[in-house]
Amino acid sequence: MNEVPLSHILFVSTALFFTGMYGLFTRRNMITMLMSIELILNSVNINFIAFNKYLHADKLDGVFFTIFIITIAAAEAAIAIAIIINLYRSHQSIDIEDAAEMKY
Amino acid sequence: MAVSAVLFYSISAFILVTGLLAVTTRKIFRSAIWLLFSLIGIAGLYFWMQMEFIAAVQVVVYVGGIVVLIIFSIFLTQQSGQEMLKPFRKRILVSLLAVLSGFSLTYQFIYRYKFVPSSHVPIDVRVANIGSQMLSTSAHGYILPFELVSILLLAAMIGCIVIAIKINPVKK
Amino acid sequence: MPNYAYIVMIPLLPLASFLLLGLFGRKYLRGYSGTFGTASLLISAVLSCITAYNYFFVSGKTNGLYHQIVAMKYVWLPFTPGISIDMTLLLESISVMMIVIVTFVSAMVHIFSLGYMKGQQRLGTYYSFLSLFTFSMLGLVLSGNIFQIYIFWELVGVSSYLLIGFYFDKPSAVAASKKAFIVTRFADLGFLIGILILAFHAESLDFTTLIRRLTSGSPELLKITTASFLGISMLSWGLSLVFIGGAGKSAMFPLHIWLPDAMEGPTPVSALIHAATMVVAGVYLVARLFPVFAISDPDALKLVMYTGALSALLAAIIACTQTDLKRVLAYSTMSQIGYMMFALGVSGYGGESGLGYTASMFHLFTHAFFKSLLFLCAGMVIHAFHSNEIKDMGGLRKIMPVTHIGFLIACLAIAGIPPFSGFFSKEEILQAAFRSSKWVYAVGLLTSGLTAFYMFRLYFSIFWSKEAKLSGNQREGTASMRIPLVILSICTALAGFVPFSKLITSDGLPLETHVNINFSIIPVSIALFGIFSAAYLYRIENDRPEKVARYLGKWYQAAFKKFYIDELYIFITKKIIFRLIGRPVAWIDKQVVDGFMNSLASITAKISEGIKGLQSGKIQNYALYFFAGIAGLAVLFIYLWK
Repeated sequence: MNEVPLSHILFVSTALFFTGMYGLFTRRNMITMLMSIELILNSVNINFIAFNKYLHADKLDGVFFTIFIITIAAAEAAIAIAIIINLYRSHQSIDIEDAAEMKY
Repeated sequence: MAVSAVLFYSISAFILVTGLLAVTTRKIFRSAIWLLFSLIGIAGLYFWMQMEFIAAVQVVVYVGGIVVLIIFSIFLTQQSGQEMLKPFRKRILVSLLAVLSGFSLTYQFIYRYKFVPSSHVPIDVRVANIGSQMLSTSAHGYILPFELVSILLLAAMIGCIVIAIKINPVKK
Repeated sequence: MPNYAYIVMIPLLPLASFLLLGLFGRKYLRGYSGTFGTASLLISAVLSCITAYNYFFVSGKTNGLYHQIVAMKYVWLPFTPGISIDMTLLLESISVMMIVIVTFVSAMVHIFSLGYMKGQQRLGTYYSFLSLFTFSMLGLVLSGNIFQIYIFWELVGVSSYLLIGFYFDKPSAVAASKKAFIVTRFADLGFLIGILILAFHAESLDFTTLIRRLTSGSPELLKITTASFLGISMLSWGLSLVFIGGAGKSAMFPLHIWLPDAMEGPTPVSALIHAATMVVAGVYLVARLFPVFAISDPDALKLVMYTGALSALLAAIIACTQTDLKRVLAYSTMSQIGYMMFALGVSGYGGESGLGYTASMFHLFTHAFFKSLLFLCAGMVIHAFHSNEIKDMGGLRKIMPVTHIGFLIACLAIAGIPPFSGFFSKEEILQAAFRSSKWVYAVGLLTSGLTAFYMFRLYFSIFWSKEAKLSGNQREGTASMRIPLVILSICTALAGFVPFSKLITSDGLPLETHVNINFSIIPVSIALFGIFSAAYLYRIENDRPEKVARYLGKWYQAAFKKFYIDELYIFITKKIIFRLIGRPVAWIDKQVVDGFMNSLASITAKISEGIKGLQSGKIQNYALYFFAGIAGLAVLFIYLWK
């Protein structure tokens, strides 16, 4: 694996991050927005693992952060889906444009 | 070019293509499946970096847990076979602009930055090591975050139940 | 030297009574409020008499000179080392005389009110206001600091306002109280500016220091006389402005218009405030600053003299034509205060030339007695007739013997017939005027004759003239109403024999005066002429007064309408001030000030209308703004913030 420089791995994670960002900006369905957020979190995880592997091979901190992020992402996804289902009950829709009561 | 490099670039291409498809396809179910592939690709990347435990966690939690949850919620809220609404063209343009400029800004920092590779002896990333350090109370132990995260998970569980609980309509 | 600390009790007793009656008078002390107020005032009066005795006959004199005694001094608001507002109780001859007058007359009025105000719903309020007034007046006369005098001056004005408007369900009383307050307040503005001018240049608010610096050849005096504004020295400005304040309270021309209207208040109140005490505050003020007036600025003293003389004559002429009993007395008060003022005006400082000062204070003293007696008698009469118009009255001399005798004594005193008190004081005033200015002397003589005429016009109209038309079996008030009349009658008859010139003089040294028979012949005969002409016109009901009035024609009308001064004021305020100043100012307020504020508000509203679209409620827009912000900050920190 030493033939691949760190910056190439970072390119992958950055590209994945902005792909997720694009989805977050353009998607109108809340579930797909949630998917975009999962992509963003995964790109961060790749970063942690790569830094751990390349720059601080004698430590495990990157691994721990990844584990915690995965845990928290799981909790976040569960809550988000609960909210989405509740919203669907009240609005009969999970389109983000329909949930705009909080405007001026 | 070595085999491992070829492997890396092909995994990377797979991740990016499936990720891009996941955020652009107009069929929501397909979107979920593309996400699934992308996450599996990321797990492959972890394998490539010899992080077997993380790869396993990734497969179990993301692929086996979250994506299934997402598909489940899609079934609850969506009529099957229906295409999603098109995003607004103006918003697509603005988002593209923002995302591309953000990407170029970020990447050129990364590109110019000189990373100093580690000179230490690599640690053995075994499950036993991870487990003992995570539960250690010494200077580099992660017992406190571990406990906090466990409480967070409990709170999230209760929160999900409370949010999703069906409220009986008030009798008049 | 005896301890004068108990003097603090003299003003504090009425204050305590005011607080207690004001807080609890309506609920708990209802039945006792009169007794309570009267008792505290009587104690105060006894203490004042003890003080006067101690001061004048035991310990006030050193080396034959009455000096000042500071009974209490509390620095309240220090500004600079030299200037501070103090709460002081200062004893000197005139302040001791004033506390005796104030507490004595107030006590008499309190007793009289027990009967006069019997059955009033708001008796507790009435007595608490009376106590407040007495407290303020005592604080005023005992002040050793010119700003303290101003504070109590305003308190006196407030309590006067409250008492004039006591019958607040009567629109005329409300209007009168407002008029009194506004006119005197207007004058007090001058007073305040005067105080500030004097204090600024003399660099002290303390009376003693102020007078010392402004009379001797000190640098402060030089500064204040050389500094000038519009060609008049600052000293003259300061003293004239202070005098304007005094003229407002003392109802001097042209600020007298509030006094006749103030008679809307209860009659005992008029006796106390608008005859004996508050209205002489202006005279007292000039007397306190008299050394400055007399030594450093005779021009300002001339102003006092002319104002006093003009007011005395004008008020006397108007009083001859009025038909409202209390208004006649009000104009007579104004006329007598004019007397005191011009007596101060003709006086010099020290020795024989200081006769006018002594005479003025003497007249203040005697006037307090006979004028409060007149008002209390008027109260009796009004109580019987339920009317103020003298046309409705007549023939009371059999029905009300005590009132009759009291009124007669008071009339003789005010007319200056020996041996009643008014004769002595008036005599001294005319002597002082004769020495100083023949014109003022002539005005004094004329006023004296007119005074005798209009007072006896009242006397004959009320007690002689036609038969009394009283309904029912009228008795002459209660005992509590008759006792003060008797006491005041005795005082009025005898007050003239007080050796006043030995006690109160401009420089503190005793003065030898003696009644000059040759000099007295002219004033007394003029007064007698006035009395006889009043008797000729009014003793029996006839048509002679109307004939005289018709003969005088326009002149009578002018005097009857009070020389159109009220109309002039209304013309000035309504036609000139309101139209030329009020309306443009209102226009500026509405269009410019409000317009500015309104346009600010509408601009804000329009801007918010324009930018509220940003708060679209669309989360993705918010996320985009957020991202743009982050990217902008990143660029800023990385490229520009090196």
